[in-house]
Amino acid sequence: MSIKNRYLILLILIPWTCLSHFAAAWERDLRDKASLLAQASLRETPGIVADLETFGEPALPLLEAMLNGNLHSRRSDKRLVIADSQSAEQIPIIDAVTAEKLQDSRKRLLTKVRVNNQLRKQIRRIISRITLGSPNASVRHKAVDNMLYNLNPQSIGLLAEAKKIETDRDVLKLINLTLAINDLRTSDESQVLLDATNTVRGNLEPIVFNTISTLLRQHEANQRIQDDEFFLRQIKRVHAELQTKIKFYQLAERFYYGLSLGSVLLLAASGLAITFGVMRVINMAHGELIMLGAYTTYVVQLIMPSYIEFSIYVAIPCAFLVSGGVGIMIERFVIRFLRDRPLETLLATFGVSLILQQSVRSLFSPLNRQVSNPDWLSGSLEINPIFALTYNRLYILLFALIVFANLVLIIKKTDLGLQIRAVSQNREMAKCMGIKTDWVDALTFGLGSGLAGLAGVALSQITNVGPNLGQAYIIDSFMVVVFGGVGNLYGTLVGGFSLGVINKFLEPIAGTVLSNIIVLIFIVFFIQLRPSGLFPETSRVSK
Amino acid sequence: MKFFNVLKQTTMLVAVCLTYPAFSEESETIKVGVLHSLSGTMAISETTLKDTVLMMIEEQNQLGGLLGKQLKAVVVDPASNWPLFAEKTRELISKEEVDVIFGCWTSVSRKSVLPVIEELNGLLFYPVQYEGEESSRNVFYTGAAPNQQAIPAVDYFMNEIGVERWVLAGTDYVYPRTTNKILEAYLLANGVSEEDIMINYTPFGHSDWQGIVSGIKKFGSSGKKTGVVSTINGDANVPFYKELGNQGISAEDIPVVAFSVGEEELSGLDTKPLIGHLAAWNYFQSVQTRENDDFIAQWKKFIKDDKRVTNDPMEATYIGFKMWVQAVEKTGTTDVDAVAEAMLGLTTPNLTGGIAVMNRNHHLSKPVLIGEIQADGQIEVVWETHGTVIGDAWSDYLPSSKDLVADWAKPISCGNFNTKTAKCSGQNF
Repeated sequence: MSIKNRYLILLILIPWTCLSHFAAAWERDLRDKASLLAQASLRETPGIVADLETFGEPALPLLEAMLNGNLHSRRSDKRLVIADSQSAEQIPIIDAVTAEKLQDSRKRLLTKVRVNNQLRKQIRRIISRITLGSPNASVRHKAVDNMLYNLNPQSIGLLAEAKKIETDRDVLKLINLTLAINDLRTSDESQVLLDATNTVRGNLEPIVFNTISTLLRQHEANQRIQDDEFFLRQIKRVHAELQTKIKFYQLAERFYYGLSLGSVLLLAASGLAITFGVMRVINMAHGELIMLGAYTTYVVQLIMPSYIEFSIYVAIPCAFLVSGGVGIMIERFVIRFLRDRPLETLLATFGVSLILQQSVRSLFSPLNRQVSNPDWLSGSLEINPIFALTYNRLYILLFALIVFANLVLIIKKTDLGLQIRAVSQNREMAKCMGIKTDWVDALTFGLGSGLAGLAGVALSQITNVGPNLGQAYIIDSFMVVVFGGVGNLYGTLVGGFSLGVINKFLEPIAGTVLSNIIVLIFIVFFIQLRPSGLFPETSRVSK
Repeated sequence: MKFFNVLKQTTMLVAVCLTYPAFSEESETIKVGVLHSLSGTMAISETTLKDTVLMMIEEQNQLGGLLGKQLKAVVVDPASNWPLFAEKTRELISKEEVDVIFGCWTSVSRKSVLPVIEELNGLLFYPVQYEGEESSRNVFYTGAAPNQQAIPAVDYFMNEIGVERWVLAGTDYVYPRTTNKILEAYLLANGVSEEDIMINYTPFGHSDWQGIVSGIKKFGSSGKKTGVVSTINGDANVPFYKELGNQGISAEDIPVVAFSVGEEELSGLDTKPLIGHLAAWNYFQSVQTRENDDFIAQWKKFIKDDKRVTNDPMEATYIGFKMWVQAVEKTGTTDVDAVAEAMLGLTTPNLTGGIAVMNRNHHLSKPVLIGEIQADGQIEVVWETHGTVIGDAWSDYLPSSKDLVADWAKPISCGNFNTKTAKCSGQNF
């Protein structure tokens, strides 16, 4: 093993130019060895891959292609080639050993070299050992990061060597952490353990907490470490510190999930806060207006398939217009004739919701449609190793707040908002003041429906877009508006977020199904006690 | 007068000609009921099976029909609404008088059909993997029982990947609950301690997975190798896998093996974050045999779409249909009792190069394949059983059913036979 190690380090240290005369021999060997991959069964492959490690850097492109599932063997001459198998009929291929560009091929002329999870893990480990000598600090960082979770004597030896020549501070820190973890696992000298404990102190990587917990457990079982009062106190302190930190971040994470669920509820309910809260129309088709917004996103992506990154920006105004337009039509053709007859409105809008669902079903298909996530909405923002915010939820939270702020501005600061409030408070008086109440009604309903459309755009990013999408949110929306207080916008804001947070804190205790039920029961009792919700409307007009 | 005679004869001839086809259709067709949801949350999976049955019927008719008669499909839509399945079954048998039904996906829909199909003595072919603990005289189960899917998958996790900590995640209904009960008993019997098992249920169509996925991540960060066994059903899988990807859980860290995710479900998904996650089935489209190549080509031609995929329940439908045709040809009638008896012991080639046998407990012998999801949405086999496994109607790992067997051959003729007391309880489901 030590020979292999030195071999590797040589490779890392000696510049590539010195090696170039050996290139031909290398190449032939590598090609011979690698060509075995083409016919190997999944059981034989690990052995071959392990042999490839001795070739070091030249084997890197091949290993990386294998990791990504791009390594193929050409059927005609069994030559190993790298091809992006996702592309169309004509696939550009390059030689896996020399990176020489070859003539384009077709998918059926290539056989993929099979990989599975264990192989991917092995390859990743090998790559990290090879790339430990990379001139690029971020590549080295990734290599060490991978070793941290796959500790073995071989990588520890390499790391100890790499530590001596490492110049980048972050990478050095990570190497020290990895070596310290290894000490904590294997050493039985108090001093070494103490140093290692000090190195890992406060680090939130899950492996640190696990290692320290194991050490404590082993100590209690008298398996390792002699009794050393000072050391014991120190390690217990580090353990307790970590525990408090982890608890705190777990709480923060729950809270974030609660806010995130709350933001979805807020988005879904803010339109209803206008149509139901301000206009007092029980609109059962609200969910379907959300669905229309989601389908608009789908259609926008269909129209501009090569600009998925920007499709959301286009979808936002489109969804607002589509849902708002449909909302205005519902108001003009149905709701207008049923003013002040809530029961009939409920039935009529329920009918409208069925019509909308069925038309989407006939127009698109009863099956769910796939809406793609732009790259900037995938992945997560890592704050520390145990607390990360997923981007899609983060953006939706921001989006909900922006939409809500704009809504408040429209209602409080614009002429339209003034007129909306006037008509909802005293229709006759408003009419007398020269406000076109019919026109205001239509616009108000359009505004509420448009907001539903915006919710649809956001939902298309986190849930399935299908004809039944709206039904899942209609109950929640009414719940939020009623809980917050009908007619009070801030009530909807507080209601949405508090229901979200309550739900997410109940979830780990009671489970998903039960926590939904508990929230519903809670609201039933709450409404018994305060029939007009959290923030009752304080209007001078008696109803 | 002569003119009138001619007229009379012509009219009669025309009348006969007009009525004849109608008359002949009445007696010269065999009706096949298709009971799959074409709308609602299960439509994503079930619509394909309806098309598969239609394809098989079309093929059979081109081959000259069955017993000299043409087959005719009667398609109904129970709309993912479980009680509606029972109503539609009654309609199919009593009103449409179908000779056989191919249908159901979720266990809850099958459970609602069972009393009706037994009462009216119909015949149902059920093509989906399920939780077992059942063997009805009127139902043939062509999907996998737990010992043909769940147990081998867990074995693979335990022995090949070295999983020590288990998350059993499922949708909240009868199939996941029973399967997880069996798996929990199996894991405990294999020395896994209780704190290393986490069980989680979510409602149908669940979309907010962040808390659960982060719980799985936490559960898996204890240093022991962790694996997820997923019985999550229907479209809730899409946001589940998306969340796994977003939270950066790769298959190398925490692999997920799914029992309800096949090629069809994957075709509507961005598979990048899913690469390496697993699925356990008895059939994959990627298996290369002549039968399978023909089947795939036939399917693509029938559905007129080159991008459509095939999956395990389609193979189960295919096997069920072939066997029913054989049984009807063997007995020369579509009478339910005769066909059900003739079914026992029938064999037909499956699509993965083996032979499917209909056993006396109304379950098939099947090979078990475990595959990893690839970038193109296909699933490639990484492990398989040697030969086929006989479906076990009553699990050996549950205390309540370990002494029970189903045997529909004479003299036992019982779906719930206790081998200890040698008594038939008659409680078949």
